[in-house]
Amino acid sequence: MIPPLLFFLVFKYYPMLNAVLAFKDYNVIKGIWESPWVGFKNFELFFENPLFWTLVKNTIMLSGYLLLAGFPIPILLALMINEVRNTKFKKFFQLVSFAPYFISTVVMVSIIMLFLAPRLGFANIALNFFGFHSVNFLGEPGMFRSIYVWSDIWQTAGYSAVIYLAALAGIDPTLYEAAKIDGASRFQKIRHVDLPGIMPTIVIILILNVGNVMALGFEKVYLLQNPLNLANSEIIATYVYRVGLLNANYSFATAVGLFNSVINLVLLLTVNGLAKRITNNSIW
Amino acid sequence: MAIAVQKKIKESAGDRAFLITIHIVLILVAIAVIYPLIFILSSSISSPAAVTSGKVWLWPVDISFKGFKVLFNTSEIITGYANSIFYTAAGTIISVILTIMIAYPLSRKGFFGRNTLMMMITFTMIFSGGLIPTYMVVKQLHLIDTRWALLIPNAIWVWQVIIARSFFQSSIPEELLEASEIDGCSDLRFIWSVVIPLSKPIIAVLVLMYAVGQWNAYFDALIYLKSADLFPLQLVLRSIIIQNNSSGNMDAAAMVERQQLAELLKYALIVVATLPVLVIYPFVQRYFVQGMLVGSVKG
Repeated sequence: MIPPLLFFLVFKYYPMLNAVLAFKDYNVIKGIWESPWVGFKNFELFFENPLFWTLVKNTIMLSGYLLLAGFPIPILLALMINEVRNTKFKKFFQLVSFAPYFISTVVMVSIIMLFLAPRLGFANIALNFFGFHSVNFLGEPGMFRSIYVWSDIWQTAGYSAVIYLAALAGIDPTLYEAAKIDGASRFQKIRHVDLPGIMPTIVIILILNVGNVMALGFEKVYLLQNPLNLANSEIIATYVYRVGLLNANYSFATAVGLFNSVINLVLLLTVNGLAKRITNNSIW
Repeated sequence: MAIAVQKKIKESAGDRAFLITIHIVLILVAIAVIYPLIFILSSSISSPAAVTSGKVWLWPVDISFKGFKVLFNTSEIITGYANSIFYTAAGTIISVILTIMIAYPLSRKGFFGRNTLMMMITFTMIFSGGLIPTYMVVKQLHLIDTRWALLIPNAIWVWQVIIARSFFQSSIPEELLEASEIDGCSDLRFIWSVVIPLSKPIIAVLVLMYAVGQWNAYFDALIYLKSADLFPLQLVLRSIIIQNNSSGNMDAAAMVERQQLAELLKYALIVVATLPVLVIYPFVQRYFVQGMLVGSVKG
């Protein structure tokens, strides 16, 4: 019991204390606690930074896109798989759609890069084959978000569908029989039995997803970044890494990171509160 | 039951069309998922020239294992592989033990302050000090550039604690503990000879999740490690494929062939880095699903 508690204190709660760095002017020799207080100076610096709005916009646009496109697809998949009666086909489909989830971020990005490479990539060879010009996909800032979002859906949709499938399996069978006797078509059955049945699950997952809006998968964005697409791909998390760790600007980067975490927490609490009031479902 | 009813009442034409559409969509999705994987596997065992000229569409062309041969002669890849195996084994053991150590007490009703503790742990899932403050802690503990930096700072995942805790709660009845206490069994003895043997499914889930996570991890290595001989495979992979630092010790003679080989090497590397996980995966899939379901029951 003691070692795991120590773990949480040292690696989770102690860093929260360390976040006072955001209000200090960090000095390596004096250490965190002896460094002078500067109040909100680091935050002001960030808000006045010409990059501020770009960073916020990129972060929100990317995760908003991911949420809009990525959230409904697993639900649709689960509803469709649920209609399949052939167990072998069902099992096979789940096995296949689940597999990409196990690919690491580095490999995922490597695959994206190999497919979208300017000259030798599969996508461009295919484009040329049909008589189109080659496109430097990863060099186009405008394509960055779509590449990120759709590769993410490719990788995780099958995995995410499992939770909804579990919820569908929990629906009372008598409801289906009642629907059948009332002469409901398969589509009507989905609309009036399946969807309401998994609504609580949908709301919970939605809350959790919105709570992650600011906490985007930093690793993948960072790996996909290049100087050409930076205009759309620099998000708050990658910026923190760049100015904080690479340029050793600890106090400033901590302030930026803290800003991100707080916004995230506020978003989560807001959506949770709204969901509680409207649908009576919430995570606590 | 439901199936029997459906068979009795004849499917309407609309329903049949609906079903067929669903099947077609699912088949298309399955193809979209599996095609890139087959393509990469085929490319990795084709000849360098066939890959770079776009002759590989589905099946391998001019089968050759040249990429793999070069791969296993590159020292940084061998080191990376060995490191990854070490991190995966050691990290999984540490993580699983720590997770059970906290999840089990939290599942016992008599445990003092368990709800407060659970709240505090869950809170770390939605709020954190941030990248830099965490980095400073690791630095203060002098873990930077040691193997421990990959094993300790991320050892416990809150989500796994939640899953393990709800498993213990639902499958190890409180009465069992009471009975063994009457028999004069100590807490430790109880955990060792009753809880652990009864918890094989959840331990399997924990092992799998942590092992895959550890095998695929690269970010901690990126920020905490400096010495190349400690790098896990994923980091080596990143430097070769994403940053395009093809290693200098490839002995291909002509420039063209060298470039083709570098291209091929990337495919081979992806296969080598992913294969262990994908090969085991079909056998353990049901544990994964089980684990997710256990976790989602109590949310």
